Amino acid sequence: MNNWMIALPEIVLAVTGLAILIIGVLRKQDAVLVCTMLAIGGFLIAGLLVLNGARGGGYNGQFVSDSFSSFNKILILIGASLAAILSLDFNRQQKIERFEYPVLLLLATVGMMIMVSASNLMTLYLGLELQSLSLYVLAAFARDDLRSSEAGLKYFVLGGLASGLLLYGISLVYGFSGTMDFGRLATLLTNPAAASPGLIVGVVFVLVGLAFKVSAVPFHMWTPDVYEGAPTSVTVFFATAPKVAAMALLLRVMCSPFGHLLAAWQSLIVIVAIASMVLGAFAAIGQTNIKRLMAYSSIGHMGYALAGLAVGTPEGVRGVLVYMTIYVIMTAGTFACIIAMRRQGRAVEQIADLSGLASNDAGLAMLLAVFMFSLAGIPLLAGFFAKLYVFLAAVQGGLWTLAVVGVLSSVVGAFYYIRIIKVMYFDPAAGAFDRRAPSLSFVAGLTGLATVLFFLFPSPVVDAANVAAHALFR
Amino acid sequence: MGFPLLSLITWLPMVGVLFMLTIRGDEKTVASNARWTALWTSLIVMLISLVIWVKFDRSSAGFQFVEDVAWLPEYKVGYKMGVDGISVLFVLLSTVLTPICILASWESIQTKVREFMIAFLILETMMVGMFCALDFVVFYMFFEAVLIPMYLIIGVWGGPRRVYAAVKFFLYTLTGSVLMLLALLAMWLQAGTTDIPTLMHTHFAVHTQTWLFLAFFASFAVKVPMWPVHTWLPDAHVEAPTAGSVILAGVLLKMGAYGFIRFSIPMLPDAAAYFAPFIYTLSVVAVIYTSLVALAQEDMKKLIAYSSVAHMGVVTIGLFTFNEQGIQGGLFMMLSHGVVSAALFLIVGVIYDRIHTREIARYGGLADRMPNYALAFMLFAMASCGLPGTAGFVGEFLVIVGALKINFWLATLGGAGMILGAAYTLYLYRRVIFGRITRDDLRHIMDLSPREWLVFAPLIVLTLWMGIYPSSFTGFWDASVAAMVKQHTAALAESVKLAGGLH
Repeated sequence: MNNWMIALPEIVLAVTGLAILIIGVLRKQDAVLVCTMLAIGGFLIAGLLVLNGARGGGYNGQFVSDSFSSFNKILILIGASLAAILSLDFNRQQKIERFEYPVLLLLATVGMMIMVSASNLMTLYLGLELQSLSLYVLAAFARDDLRSSEAGLKYFVLGGLASGLLLYGISLVYGFSGTMDFGRLATLLTNPAAASPGLIVGVVFVLVGLAFKVSAVPFHMWTPDVYEGAPTSVTVFFATAPKVAAMALLLRVMCSPFGHLLAAWQSLIVIVAIASMVLGAFAAIGQTNIKRLMAYSSIGHMGYALAGLAVGTPEGVRGVLVYMTIYVIMTAGTFACIIAMRRQGRAVEQIADLSGLASNDAGLAMLLAVFMFSLAGIPLLAGFFAKLYVFLAAVQGGLWTLAVVGVLSSVVGAFYYIRIIKVMYFDPAAGAFDRRAPSLSFVAGLTGLATVLFFLFPSPVVDAANVAAHALFR
Repeated sequence: MGFPLLSLITWLPMVGVLFMLTIRGDEKTVASNARWTALWTSLIVMLISLVIWVKFDRSSAGFQFVEDVAWLPEYKVGYKMGVDGISVLFVLLSTVLTPICILASWESIQTKVREFMIAFLILETMMVGMFCALDFVVFYMFFEAVLIPMYLIIGVWGGPRRVYAAVKFFLYTLTGSVLMLLALLAMWLQAGTTDIPTLMHTHFAVHTQTWLFLAFFASFAVKVPMWPVHTWLPDAHVEAPTAGSVILAGVLLKMGAYGFIRFSIPMLPDAAAYFAPFIYTLSVVAVIYTSLVALAQEDMKKLIAYSSVAHMGVVTIGLFTFNEQGIQGGLFMMLSHGVVSAALFLIVGVIYDRIHTREIARYGGLADRMPNYALAFMLFAMASCGLPGTAGFVGEFLVIVGALKINFWLATLGGAGMILGAAYTLYLYRRVIFGRITRDDLRHIMDLSPREWLVFAPLIVLTLWMGIYPSSFTGFWDASVAAMVKQHTAALAESVKLAGGLH
């Protein structure tokens, strides 16, 4: 069966990427704006194609398009589009506006979409590498900035190591089972007793490689440095789309080919989730740089999302998908606010710089406060629902330790989120920020509205996540 | 389903908020418009809630004015609102206290007036919504969302140590409520629904009940607050602006006790009976210990804050006696404390606005310059220590009667609170009101202004009304409490029979 139509969104995006590259080279002036707009247009078209595109498997079982992949692709495209919009102003102000930026963004997105649709360990690896290589370059995009170059190098070295581990795991799995196809692996492993120890070791290595990509503890070390060092427009991208892609990949690999080995990997995921939640909560307390804080916060949030995976049921996967959706919205909004932190043309990123923001810029302070309360999981805001569905699944699966540690670490987490609100609202005012670009207000306002009003219309997202989750367990 | 009256009073303050957001102009115009908008919004909400007071059918034990809209249908979670005899008066308490608070902060709040009023109206939505919610998820959302406006009210408009107090308040209450969230999820999964009336008639295994009760306890005990998790309260009260203290003492403390009577006691009867001695112990310690602590306070607000802990200890004793007198007494005490302690914080606010200190030693001899003030203070002080004829008496009396049915010593020790209460209240009153004026700034202090009279008038009326003719209030919950006690007894008897059958 060679149904090439199922990869149409990826093909369109890849072609758009190449076209933008040519346009960028040929056009001398304001290439960046045109290229970014084209990239966003590409994301939109790809999104429409994903929604209305063909479903099914193809490419000799290498590639699959189902409701699970569609859900995650839409999420990735949303994250990438928001990141692209946010980059417009920031890159210009930082004098790093080059047309390669949207191209790399686009190629990374293609990689992520392939990851999400992989139904073979080899496709998985190819997608992952396309994504990772683009991201390495993006991390070092401010090439004259020492911190950015350092972040790029660090990410590259550690990412390369993780890829190596992943590849090693894949080779073990292949060696002990004779196949890399997800479907065949699932059939082979219907009886978990049939899995040889070597294969289990392979699964663990695959898990490690993917845990690195979602920056779960203990494979999180790169996150704070890369988040802090990379230009903020890149950090917002790192914090959204790649996290969704890696989490989706983890979900698919763990639930589809290795789903029957739940007993073997469940305790591992539980430990990783608990460690991530706890470290994310405690390590963030001492941070003074808001980007570093967001790095630890994202480690914690990945812990909560993994709690849903640890359950290993459709309900758990649904929880993860809802979590990732809300996480992407909140994070993009938070970073929009962080990008707006700019004094006399210079970007500032210390938490202390937010002092008394409420009296200088009530709108920005209110938006950031909404995101912080939401990240802390306070009800009526979207962040609460994210946690609700994950913990519901955890309680349903009887993982009480995970649930109790989870809610308690969310209290610790709340401490540093409300500290930011405290700085903005209770501390004496520092100087005002520069006038922010309309694009920032647009993204922050849109995501803020979604965060506040999610409670009115939770059904569409939850229903879609439900359908997507069940597609994984067919 | 009739006209959605409860949703109207819940969400109407939000309309006021939206309106305030549109106000343009210089700071002074914005402030003045925000004050009037907030006042009118809350007054309209109060008037509508009085319709509920009139139309409420007192003979029925069930929920009334019920609204039910599908919200997350696949999980059987609905946006369900309704009030019964127990909750209806707390809805009214919230709607009555809010305009009073807004009026009380008319002049004392001078910075960021619009933001203050917005926070207050949001707070009103959350409080009313919480008391009306008939779905556990909806309840939980309102219950926890109260934290956001209250955190900001304490932290932005509070005293010198406001940041510490606000963060402490936030984290204490959040820790409790997240554990309740887990209990909520467990009940949700077991019963398959989060409908509160259904959950009240769902039987949970005794072992499960124990855990659920502890999780609820973590949340409600902090909110009440019970000894030894009460330490956030004095800090929060001292640092909060007057209106914040009023709403904290008047309504937010009632949320914990309301949680006990709405969830812990009817849904988990076996565990509630099992843990009752534990609750009694903590409550008696709270009554005696915090009363003694109150006696030693130098700060007026702190003194009243500790007295609140003691009074709430009497409430929890009453609720956990599981007999009609005790529960009625506990409910009445909640209501009267809501009025009286709110009034006392306003009383402190009056002189704080003039002299800007709450230190007791700075005052003395105010009776000379402020006779009207002294009179109002006297009434509320008497009500606070439970003088017959005032609101405070009825509740304490009923609780003691209820407690006597359980244990003589429980009643005696719980009743000791009345004596100690009289001691610290009268001591406070003597030091502030009587004696000679020694300070110069006190010689020219002004008596109550018309606006302040307007603030106190409804509270004075309520205090006397509740003391002289309590039936107009107890009449609301007679049927509900009787039904609850009956159900509780039946549930316990059932468990005994089951346990007997096992052996």
